[in-house]
Amino acid sequence: MNETYETVAGFAQTWGLVYFVVLFAGVLAYALWPKNAKRFDDAAQIPLRED
Amino acid sequence: MEEGFFAAFLVAIAFACLIIAGKTYDQVMAFHMSIGSLAAAAGAFVIFKHYFDGRAPAPQEVDGKPNYSLGPIKFGAWAAVFWGVAGFTVGLIIALQLAYPVLNLDLPWTSFGRLRPLHTSAVIFAFGGNVLLATSFYVVQRTSRARMPGTIAPWFVILGYNIFIVIAGTGYLLGATQSKEYAEPEWYADLWLTIVWVAYLLVFLGTLWKRKEPHIYVANWFYLAFIVTIALLHITNNLTIPVSVFGTKSYIVWAGVQDAMVQWWYGHNAVGFFLTAGFLAIMYYFVPKRAERPVYSYRLSIVHFWALIFLYIWAGPHHLHYTALPQWASTLGATFSIILWMPSWGGMINGLMTLSGAWDKLRTDPVLRMMVVSIAFYGMSTFEGPLMSLRSVNSLSHYTDWTIGHVHSGALGWVGYISFGALYCLIPWLWNKKQVYSLKLVNWHFWISTIGIVLYICAMWVSGIMQGLMWRAYDQLGFLEYSFIETVEAMHPFYVIRALGGALFVIGSLIMAYNLWMTVRHGEAEEADTVPAGSMAPAE
Repeated sequence: MNETYETVAGFAQTWGLVYFVVLFAGVLAYALWPKNAKRFDDAAQIPLRED
Repeated sequence: MEEGFFAAFLVAIAFACLIIAGKTYDQVMAFHMSIGSLAAAAGAFVIFKHYFDGRAPAPQEVDGKPNYSLGPIKFGAWAAVFWGVAGFTVGLIIALQLAYPVLNLDLPWTSFGRLRPLHTSAVIFAFGGNVLLATSFYVVQRTSRARMPGTIAPWFVILGYNIFIVIAGTGYLLGATQSKEYAEPEWYADLWLTIVWVAYLLVFLGTLWKRKEPHIYVANWFYLAFIVTIALLHITNNLTIPVSVFGTKSYIVWAGVQDAMVQWWYGHNAVGFFLTAGFLAIMYYFVPKRAERPVYSYRLSIVHFWALIFLYIWAGPHHLHYTALPQWASTLGATFSIILWMPSWGGMINGLMTLSGAWDKLRTDPVLRMMVVSIAFYGMSTFEGPLMSLRSVNSLSHYTDWTIGHVHSGALGWVGYISFGALYCLIPWLWNKKQVYSLKLVNWHFWISTIGIVLYICAMWVSGIMQGLMWRAYDQLGFLEYSFIETVEAMHPFYVIRALGGALFVIGSLIMAYNLWMTVRHGEAEEADTVPAGSMAPAE
């Protein structure tokens, strides 16, 4: 029982960390990618474009 | 096709409810099934009437512009005003009951235990829910430049949701409850809400599907996260088996600490996705709109969104420190709560800095001021929350009034003010008015309720910390220094101050209701030449 707990906790503590770091890096890369800048600037204007 | 489906569905519901109402021995069940049957029959009648009147479906576009569907939004906005005033008033009543227990009236229906869930559900789900439904339907249509799909579906969502509110609220007063915080409605109400919510998701996705705008604006991401996550939370936390189809009582499939964990996974994410993600969507649309400037950083809003939704879902266990829950789980909950500081404050900065270069508007526009103060409250309560999630702080704060103070700085300050701000924008837009009837009254609303909030949260902070310290005080011999009733007695003055703060908040909301009503009745029209005379009456 204790061993199962250790295994699960060990898995979560290592791979959980990797999972969140990779995820966050991905989000940052997407948000900061220079090529996306124009699209995002344009998207920010969506509420202000009246019709 | 749509009409046929909804008509058949509502007729089936009407008969099913009628049969249950006839066969049950449970009076609450009979009452609720009668409401359900009547509402479903009325809905079916309206659909048939429209069909036989031969009404043509509304055009998708008028003069090359999208013909937005506004009827359900108008209903939702007024439902929010009504439930808001009602929910705040019930809150004031229970605050007075705590200060003066004689106000329980010695009747089961008016006792604190039954009125308290009525208050929480009325403000969170009835007021907040209608604000979210109305604004999400508005924002998704405007930012997609497309009309919502369906004629009946959006009405089904907004009316069905309000029927759920009535069933839930009357159920509490009559004693039907699952006894799970923020998930009190019994199995049949939960089932109905699930159907309504799936329809909501489909209408929302359908509008995005029809969009003319290539990019999905960030507010819609937040709304979508709110809708999807609430569906997941609601279904998981309400996996109950009714004792009988003809009775209100049901039992959850899991027991003990597992049930507690699922409940607080639900409870905390109701805060995270209903009261945060949904209202952040409002912030990301209404603040730029009102300030007439784009959001400070669109890139930050993307990081904010993904960080918030991936972190919030893990924070629930911090509600169960020092319980049967394993310590690692409660540590996990606290850790994620602390990490949440980053997206929360990122979002707050993004909202506040949207005003950079336009801070002077705070002086002249009380609506914008209300929204900015709401974002400040968001920052404050999301700073306080993670602190309280630490085990050492929690051992002092848990089960005391500190929690109540914390919740209300978020609820009155953040959720309340961003909603008021949104309503002050939305109602003039929906009825083609230039501005609210009176900005002066908005100013009065702002100051009266702000004083109310400050009185409320300060009273609860002092009362809560005092209560926590009194509970843990020992004398030299190791006995508890105070009896429980002594702590209750010591809290009395703070309960009175809290009720006073609540009263001010109620007065503010009444001023808002009057102001919004006058906006619809007598507000100055946006463009006098293009607005036909009959536009004062609600559309559809």
